[in-house]
Amino acid sequence: MLRFIIRRLIITIPTILVVITITWGLIRLAPGNFYTSEKALPAAIERNIRDKYGLDRPWYEQYLKTMGQILRFDFGTSLKYEGQSVNEIIARSLPVSATVGILAYLLALIVGITVGSIAAIKQNSKWDYASMTLAMLGISIPNFVLGPILVLFFSMTLYWLPPSRWDGFPSKSVILPVITLSALYMAYIARLTRAGMLEVLRSDYIRTARSKGLSETQVVIRHALRGGLLPVVSYTGPALAFLLTGTVVVERLFVLPGLGNYFIQASLNRDEPLILGIVAFISITLLTMNLLVDIAYGYLDPRIRH
Amino acid sequence: MDDKPPLISPQKPEPAFTPSGTPPAPPIRPREGDVIHTGPELAVGEADVRSAERGEFVAGTSLWRDAWRRLLKNRLAVFGMVIVATITLGSVTGPFVIKQVTGLTPDYIPTNIAALKSLPPFTAPDGSFSWLHPMGTDNQGRDLLARVLQGGQISLMVGVIATLMSLIIGVSYGAVAGYFGGRLDSVMMRLVDVLYSLPYIIIIIVLLSMFRSQTARGQLILLFLALGSVSWLTMARIVRGQVLSLKNQEFVLAARATGVSTPRIIFRHLVPNTIGPVIVYATLTIPTIMLTEAFLSFLGFGVQPPIASWGSLTTDGIQNIAIFPWQLICPGLTMGLTLFALNFLGDGLRDALDPQMRKF
Repeated sequence: MLRFIIRRLIITIPTILVVITITWGLIRLAPGNFYTSEKALPAAIERNIRDKYGLDRPWYEQYLKTMGQILRFDFGTSLKYEGQSVNEIIARSLPVSATVGILAYLLALIVGITVGSIAAIKQNSKWDYASMTLAMLGISIPNFVLGPILVLFFSMTLYWLPPSRWDGFPSKSVILPVITLSALYMAYIARLTRAGMLEVLRSDYIRTARSKGLSETQVVIRHALRGGLLPVVSYTGPALAFLLTGTVVVERLFVLPGLGNYFIQASLNRDEPLILGIVAFISITLLTMNLLVDIAYGYLDPRIRH
Repeated sequence: MDDKPPLISPQKPEPAFTPSGTPPAPPIRPREGDVIHTGPELAVGEADVRSAERGEFVAGTSLWRDAWRRLLKNRLAVFGMVIVATITLGSVTGPFVIKQVTGLTPDYIPTNIAALKSLPPFTAPDGSFSWLHPMGTDNQGRDLLARVLQGGQISLMVGVIATLMSLIIGVSYGAVAGYFGGRLDSVMMRLVDVLYSLPYIIIIIVLLSMFRSQTARGQLILLFLALGSVSWLTMARIVRGQVLSLKNQEFVLAARATGVSTPRIIFRHLVPNTIGPVIVYATLTIPTIMLTEAFLSFLGFGVQPPIASWGSLTTDGIQNIAIFPWQLICPGLTMGLTLFALNFLGDGLRDALDPQMRKF
C-alpha cells in the first residue's frame, strides 16, 4: 500500500508543476502583455511597469521567481482587483464554490444511487427505461441550457426562487444552482449504480444471501449495494474534475461570486497573478483529492493496487 | 415476479463466433418479455445460431453483419441514428432549402421596421399564424431556424473534426506504445497518465483567452486544435490495450516472417483490427466535444461572430430569456436532442460491436 501511495505521489507532484508551467508559458507566449489592453502608454511609464514586474529579466529568472512564490502559496497581488491579494480573493470565493459543489455532489449521490438501484432491481421494467432515458437526457442537455430553463420556470413563471445572486448558504438562492450543477452527475451516478448493481445482483454471494432466506430489501441494502457502488466510488475522481467545469458555468449563469467566475474574469482581464493563483490552487486541490480517492479505492478494492 | 433477476444468469455473452469445426451452440431461447430490449445480449447468441444454421458463418464479414443486425434491433440506437442523420442532413442542406422556399438566408435582416422585432415561432409580424419562421426570429429579425441549421454545421463540424484529430493522434500513439512495449510503452503511458490528470479545461480556457484570434476563422481553428489535442488520451489507452492483445497473434508473426516493415505491420495489420472499439469510442467522443465547444462558446471563448454555433446561439438566447424565451429554447433543445441521439447511437454501437464491453 505504501508503495502504491508513493508511486501515485511521484505522478501527482510533477503534474501540478506541469499545469502551472503550461499556464505560465501560455500567458507569456501570447502576444501582447497585461497592460496592452489599455491605451498606449508613454515610454517612460511602460519602462516603469516593466521594471516593477521584472518583465525585462531573463525568462527563466521570472519563471523561477513565480514558481518559488507559488510553491510557498504566496500568489501575489491581483493586477485588476487593486489592492487585493490573490490569496484573499481565493479565500473569499472558495466557500461559495465549495458550498454549491458539495451540495450538488451530495444531491447527485442520493438521487443517483436511489434511482440507479431501483432501475437495476427492476431491470427491463418501465421504471428502468424511464429512469435511464431521463439519465441520458441529463447527460445530453448542457447545464447552461438546463439552468436558464429552470430559471424561466421557477423564477419567471412561478416566482418561487431568485433567478440569480448569492445570499449565502441557507437561502433560496442556493437551490437552482445546486440542481443545475448536479443534474449531470446525478445522471452519471444513476447509470454507474445501475451497471454495478446489475453485475453484483447476478453474483454468487447474492444467490447465497437469497437462498439463506433474506428478504429482498436486506439482500439489496446489506449485500448488493456494497459491491455495486464500487464504480460510483471510482467515479468520484472524474466527478471532481467535471464538477469544476460545471461550477464555472453555474457561477457565470447565476452570477455567484465563486472561484470559477473569478477565473473567467481573470482570463478575460489577463490578470496573470490571479490566473496562476487560481490554476495552482485548483490543480493542487483536484490532484490531492484524486490521490485520496485512489488511496481510498485501493483500500476498498485490493485488485486496483497493481 | 417477472422482473426479478434470475438466480443463475442465463445471459452470459456468448463468444462472438464459433471456430469452424465445432458444433454450433445450442439455440438460446430468450425468456418472454425479454426479447426486444435486451436485444444485444441475447442477439449475440441468436445471430450466431441463425447464421450457423444456414451454414454461412464466415467470421470476417459476419462480424459486421452481426453488429449491424444487433444495432437495428436496438430501438434507441435506431432512434439515435435517424435523429443524427436527419439533423446532419438538415444542417447541411437546410439553409439552402430555406433560401429556395422562403428567400431567407441566415444573415438576412429585414429592412422594414415592423418586421425588425423578435417574432415568436410560427408568428407573422402582425401577430397572425405563419409558417415563415418555425422557430421565430432573433433580436435582429433573422430567421432562427436558418440560423440554428447553420449553427449546426459549425457544431457538427467541430465535433467531427476534433474527433478525427483525436482519432489520428490517439490511434497512432496507442498503437506505437502497444506494439513496441517495454520501456517505451511505460514512458508513453506514464505521459498519458500525467496528461490525463491535468485539469485540461482550465488550460484550454487560458489558451483560448490568451491567444484570442482576431478573426472568427482563426478562433475556430484554434478551437479545433485545442479540443482535438486534449481528447485523444482515452483513445490511445483503448488502442494500446487492443494492440497489446493482438501483437502476439500468429498473423503478426506471419507478417513479420514475410518481411513486412514495422510501420506497415502496425498500420495495416494491427490498427484495422482495433476498429470496433475505436468506432464506438469515436462516436461517444463527438457529443463530448460538441458539449465542450458549446461550453466554451457560453463562456465567450468559443466561436466568434459572425460564425455561430449551437453553443453561441444558446448563449445569445440566455441574454434575452425573460422576453424571448424561444431564442434559448430552440437552439438549446436542438443541441440537446442531437447529443441525446449521438449518445444513444454510441451506446448502441458499443452493444453491437463489442458485447463484452457493454454495461448491461
